Order: sequence, then structure tokens, then C-alpha cells
Amino acid sequence: MNVQLSSEELDNEDIDKIIEISGANLFACYQCGKCTAGCPTSEFMDIPPHEVIRLLQFGQIEEILCKNTLWICASCITCAVRCPKGVDLSKIMEALRQIFLRKNVNYVHPNEVPNEELQTLPQIALIANFRKFTH
Amino acid sequence: MKNPEHMNRIGVFVCHCGINIASIVDIEAVTKEISKYPGVEFIKDYQYMCSEPGQMIFKEACRSGQIDGIVVASCSPTLHETTFRRASIEAGMNPYRVEIANIREQCSWVHHDEEEKATEKAIDIMKSVIERSRRNESLTEVSLQTIKKVLVIGAGISGMQVALNIANSGVETFLLDRQPSIGGRMAQLSETFPTLDCSQCILTPRMVEVGQNKNITLMTYSEVEEVSGYVGNFNVKIRRKAAYVDWDKCTGCGICYQKCPKTVPSEFEQLIGKRKAIYTPFPQAVPNKVVIDNNNCLYFKTGKCRLCEKACPLGAIDFEQKERIEEIEVGAIVVATGYDLYEKEKIEEYKMGYCEDVLDGLTFERLLSSSGPTQGKLVRPSDGTVPKEIVFIQCVGSRDPDNHLPYCSRICCMYTAKHTMLYKHRVPDGQPYVFYMDIRSGGKNYEEFVQRAIEEDNVLYIRGRVARLYREDDKVVVVGADTLSGKTIVIRADMVVLAMAMRPSGGIEELSKKLKIQVDGNGFLSEAHPKLRPVETLTQGVFVAGCAQAPKDITDTVSQAGAAASKVLELLSNEKLLHDPITSWIDEELCAGCGQCVSQCSYNAIQLDEKKRKAFINEILCQGCGACIVTCPSGAAQQKNFTIKQYYSMIESLV
Repeated sequence: MNVQLSSEELDNEDIDKIIEISGANLFACYQCGKCTAGCPTSEFMDIPPHEVIRLLQFGQIEEILCKNTLWICASCITCAVRCPKGVDLSKIMEALRQIFLRKNVNYVHPNEVPNEELQTLPQIALIANFRKFTH
Repeated sequence: MKNPEHMNRIGVFVCHCGINIASIVDIEAVTKEISKYPGVEFIKDYQYMCSEPGQMIFKEACRSGQIDGIVVASCSPTLHETTFRRASIEAGMNPYRVEIANIREQCSWVHHDEEEKATEKAIDIMKSVIERSRRNESLTEVSLQTIKKVLVIGAGISGMQVALNIANSGVETFLLDRQPSIGGRMAQLSETFPTLDCSQCILTPRMVEVGQNKNITLMTYSEVEEVSGYVGNFNVKIRRKAAYVDWDKCTGCGICYQKCPKTVPSEFEQLIGKRKAIYTPFPQAVPNKVVIDNNNCLYFKTGKCRLCEKACPLGAIDFEQKERIEEIEVGAIVVATGYDLYEKEKIEEYKMGYCEDVLDGLTFERLLSSSGPTQGKLVRPSDGTVPKEIVFIQCVGSRDPDNHLPYCSRICCMYTAKHTMLYKHRVPDGQPYVFYMDIRSGGKNYEEFVQRAIEEDNVLYIRGRVARLYREDDKVVVVGADTLSGKTIVIRADMVVLAMAMRPSGGIEELSKKLKIQVDGNGFLSEAHPKLRPVETLTQGVFVAGCAQAPKDITDTVSQAGAAASKVLELLSNEKLLHDPITSWIDEELCAGCGQCVSQCSYNAIQLDEKKRKAFINEILCQGCGACIVTCPSGAAQQKNFTIKQYYSMIESLV
């Protein structure tokens, strides 16, 4: 898919929020890939961690929010510790989760969950599922 | 020339070169075999003959008076021939009695898997060299006077720096440029990386210094017509182009160009600014003299006008002026002819997008320059609006061996980063994009500079080559890929800046022929050795500096210019130069005076004595290349210590 880049596209409110929440300079990243290489969970992710930053640099936040990556991230901060440019990717992941949750979309409605499942499902997982549902 | 006495007391030294030779060639077998060879008086092997103890052994044997010819079996003569010849001088022997038998590069290294054969071959090589050395003559170097003057071709930052360094050491220097002013490319630049100081502010004091230096003679608006002679004694004919202005009278007051009715695009402004038909390239020109461009001057075109002549208060205009040839004699020449940009018309896939707002890097420099056509205001040449989306494309023509040029132009990564910063400083709400393949920022504070552009000025770097440009309304659409994310990127840009590849400046090939120096496959001047002789050429007395040799930035250019100046001073510090005596000579009894050798000689070293009908060789000019020897149908041309007899005896020893 082609990406149309323009200053409006890059001047994205959500991106500004991510920078505000995480305190990270997204543009400092030079795409060396050390975060992805060191990430213990990257093999389970739809898109690797370094690509999350690349897409953010292009203002393509929607492309990230529909992936499981931000939910697979375990916040182990291995990436942040190793990053040569001091970009704290674990904080960016947290910011992305915040942005996602603040959209207030319920993916699972409690009334529609079948009774049998309600019996077995741990409560914490159920509540997490309402908004973090990752397909 | 008398037949050399046969030497029959040869000393042979066999070097092990650690394990380089000794692990393949059986040194013991070699010494045993060679010691039996006729004429070998003395043989000795040692671990490293080139080491101090090795040379001690060598010198002792020389001093013993036991031997009158020497063969050192070791590495290539290009490496240690000089070492042993110098050692033989110290020990009181003629250096041209020392020969090297190469049993490393031509034997042990290439036959590392066949030790027995290698040993045999080593013995054969040594036997043949012993045969050759038997008929070696004692030769003396030819000495010649040097002229303590220097010609520097090209007066950009490189040539200026060379000239200043030499002139400040008290040596008279001619500084030549084909433009009316010195300054070169650097005078066109706006600001310089990585410090962002204004290019003209740091350059013009140097230009003034050059102009004021008593040891520098400026020869601007001139070209090299012909070069003859040799190291220490060059004769150069210089074409002083007709300026149609008497420069002795002209003070550069500028009244003439205010009056001139003809306006044309200025080359100095990369054609986005204007000049008159009578002009100085830029206000700070050195020398501050005007020239008339006779291709555009109304008087030359139509026979009418002469307004400048009427306006000039000093009567300096001279429409009758003719170009003239001036001859100078110098001891050394430095070539610092700089660079041009690769033509953007050659990039077919970008042509659809070409318009006034697609610029090359140098044109963008003029647009940024506070002394440029817009006084540093960044606007589109097409409609004068401020470009909000600006795309910079790197490696245009560079690193493209299949379609354009194979090499990296080296400065584009840095100047593009500089361009983006300067753009952001002028248009804070604009968005710069850079398409790059790699960022090559290997220099002091260079990487930090690029990172600053990315982090502080939010320049978006996109990794990939742009595949095409095309026009849409008043925009240029840029289509490239970002290989980091795997996405195709489309940007509707207001302006596009192409970092065109660097090429050696026009005319370098003709100049290199005149100077008998070589150019490499890309047209840049070849240095004598890429690492150890970076500013010399293979023609003695001719040196290179700056972008004429390879693409480089100002920092490297100035360093290289300093190096070239020091090599020139080293050369001229000798009262006399010594010339290798391995030259050709003519056996007059055999010479039929056919003159074939004369036409073959690349160094003009052979002349035909018309009266005697014999060829005659100038030993100082002869480089010992051997072209005359193979040409001569009667075998009259011979090379000292490389005679046909020597070759025959070498062959005989092998068969």
C-alpha cells in the first residue's frame, strides 16, 4: 500500500500524545533494529518493535493499533535498556496502549458473553478483554 | 659505450622473509645449489635480509672486497631494491651492481602448494638474475638543476591553499584559473558543515590573502596551453584569454556593468541569477577585474553599443584586445582543478518532474546564500512562493554502476543534512524529507550533525532511492520506497533538491594529456599510490590536490592541499635532483637514423641528429620505459643494465 506523506499527515494529534505520554523522541530512532533483535516476545508480534517506531515516524498510528504487538509487549524494558539512541520503546508501547484504551471502544459486551464462559473465565481476563481485545 | 666487464665474483643473499619464503622454498637446497653456480663467490641466507642485522651482513660482505656484483633473493624489487642499493652505497659499492631476484611474489606466494617445484623455480630465478648481474655496469645518477617556482592549476580552496603554503615558504607561485576570479566552488556555497559557518566569510579572507601575497602571481581567466620539460624544469605555455579590458587600468569600480544593457544568466549563480555581458562573477572577486563575455556583448554581436567604454572613467575597455600566450618556467606543477556536478538531464526517470523547482545541490546553495539571487530568502524559482514540502534526494547518479557512476560522491550526505537544517531555519513550519541509501557521515562531528538534523529539526529520512518524479498541478510528485518499513512513499513536493554526483571538472582529460598524468576509470586524476603517495602522480614533479583526485569535502581538501604543498617544497628544497640512470642509449654504429624511436617516445626524450642521421637520447627526459628498444629495427636502442645480451644470457641459464 502506498503511503502519502505530507506535513499534515505527520502533524498528527495522536503522535503528539504518544510523545507527551512516553517522553520519547520518536525521530531519534535510526532503525538499527536492536530492540527487535533483543525482544523476548517479538516472534509472537504481528509487526516487530522497530517497525512500530518507523510507522509512528510516518504518522501511521492506525496501522499499529490494529496489530497485536502492543499487547504482546511484556514491558520488560530490554529494548529501552539497549537502545543506542535512548528511545524508550517500552514507554512508547505503554503510550500506544493508553491511546488505544482512551478510544473507549468496547470489543466485548459483558451481556453477550455466554454463561458457560463466564463461569470459567477469570475475572481479570474478562475485564481486560472489554477494551484490549486483540482479535 | 664500452662493453661492461663481466663480473664473476657474485655475492648472493637469500632471504627467508620469516616463513613467507622459507616455508615453501627449501632455502638449504637453494643455497647449496646456487653456491655451486659459476661465478658465485659468496652466499648467505638470513631470516630477514631487510632487517638491520640482515643489512649488516650485506654491508660486511660488500666491504670485504670479495665480491663485485650482488643478487638479493627476496621480495619484489619495488619493495626493497632501494634498501639494498642504499646499503651498498654505504658499503662503498655502486648501487647499480645490486639486483633483486624476486622469489616471494613470483615464487613462494604463488606456488604455496607445490614446494618442490617452488624450490626449483627459485633456483632458476636466481640463476637468471645472476646471469643478468654479471653484465651490469656501474652507473651514476644524472643530476639536474631545479627551478624554484611552482604552477598551481585551479584556484579553488584547494589551489589557493597549496599556493599559500608554498608562497609562505618563500617560493614563487603562479596560481592559474580559467574563471576571472579565484575562489572556485567554495565561493558559491552558502554555509558549510558541520559548523554552519558562512562559506564566503571564511573563504574571502583567504582570497584576499592570496591576492596580497607577494610570492603569488595570479593568472586568472587563463588556461594551460602546452606543457613541456620535466621535473624541476617545466616550461608551460599559458593562454591568457582576452578580457577586452585592460586589467592594469581596471579598478573594478563597477560603473561599466551598471551601464551594460545586456543581461544574461549568471554561471556563478547557477543560472538562477543574472549578470551583465561585462561582469565580475561576484562582488568579492579577486582580482576585482571585469571581463566582457563576447558571446553576449551587444558590440560583438551587432557592432553597436560600446556603452561600457563610454562609461569607464579609466579608459580600461579595449575591444581590440587579443588573447596571448605567456610562457613560464617552473620546477613543479600542482593540479587542483576541482569538480563539476553530474548532469541531471542524464537521469531519465526523473525528467517528467523537471521544472524550475527541481534543483541540484549547488543551485540550492545559491538559493540559500545571503549573497545569492534571492538574498537568502528561500522561495521557489517558478512562482516565488515558500516551499512547504521539500524533498532531498541523495545518491543521484552516484553509487549506480549500471546506469551512471559507480562511486560514492562522499559529500552529499553531509551537505544534504546541512540543506535540511538551513531550510528549517528559514521555513520553521516546512517539512523536509530526505531519500537516502546509507548515511555516510565519517568525519569529526559529522554523525552528530546528521543526528541533529533528524532529532532537532524533525527531518524525515526515508531509506530508499526515488524511482520517479512527475508533475501534478504546481507540485512535483516524488515516488520512492522506504525499505525499512517496506512501504511505497508518495510525496507531493513543492521543491526537490537533487544531490547530484560529483565529477571531475570539464577539460581534465585534455589537461592530463598535456601533463602526461593518468586519469582513473571515473576520470579523476590518479595518484602514484593510494595510501603511501596520495598527492604525487606517476609523472615526477606533478602533484594533485582536492576534488580533481577524488570527491572530498573542504576539510579533506585543505589537508590534502597542505600535503601537496609540502611534497612540492620537499622536491624544491634540493639544489639538484638526481635522475635514475637506467635510461636508453643508442649504439651509433647500428643506428640507421630511421627516426621510428622518436615517434614512439612519450617523453620527447629522443631527437634525430639531422647531420649525423643518428638518434640521440636526452638522459634527463628518458624514463627508461623501453618503448624505443622494441621499436628499433636495427637493435641500436638499448637500455642500460637491461641489454639484449643480458636477456639472452638470462634465457640461456633457464633453458
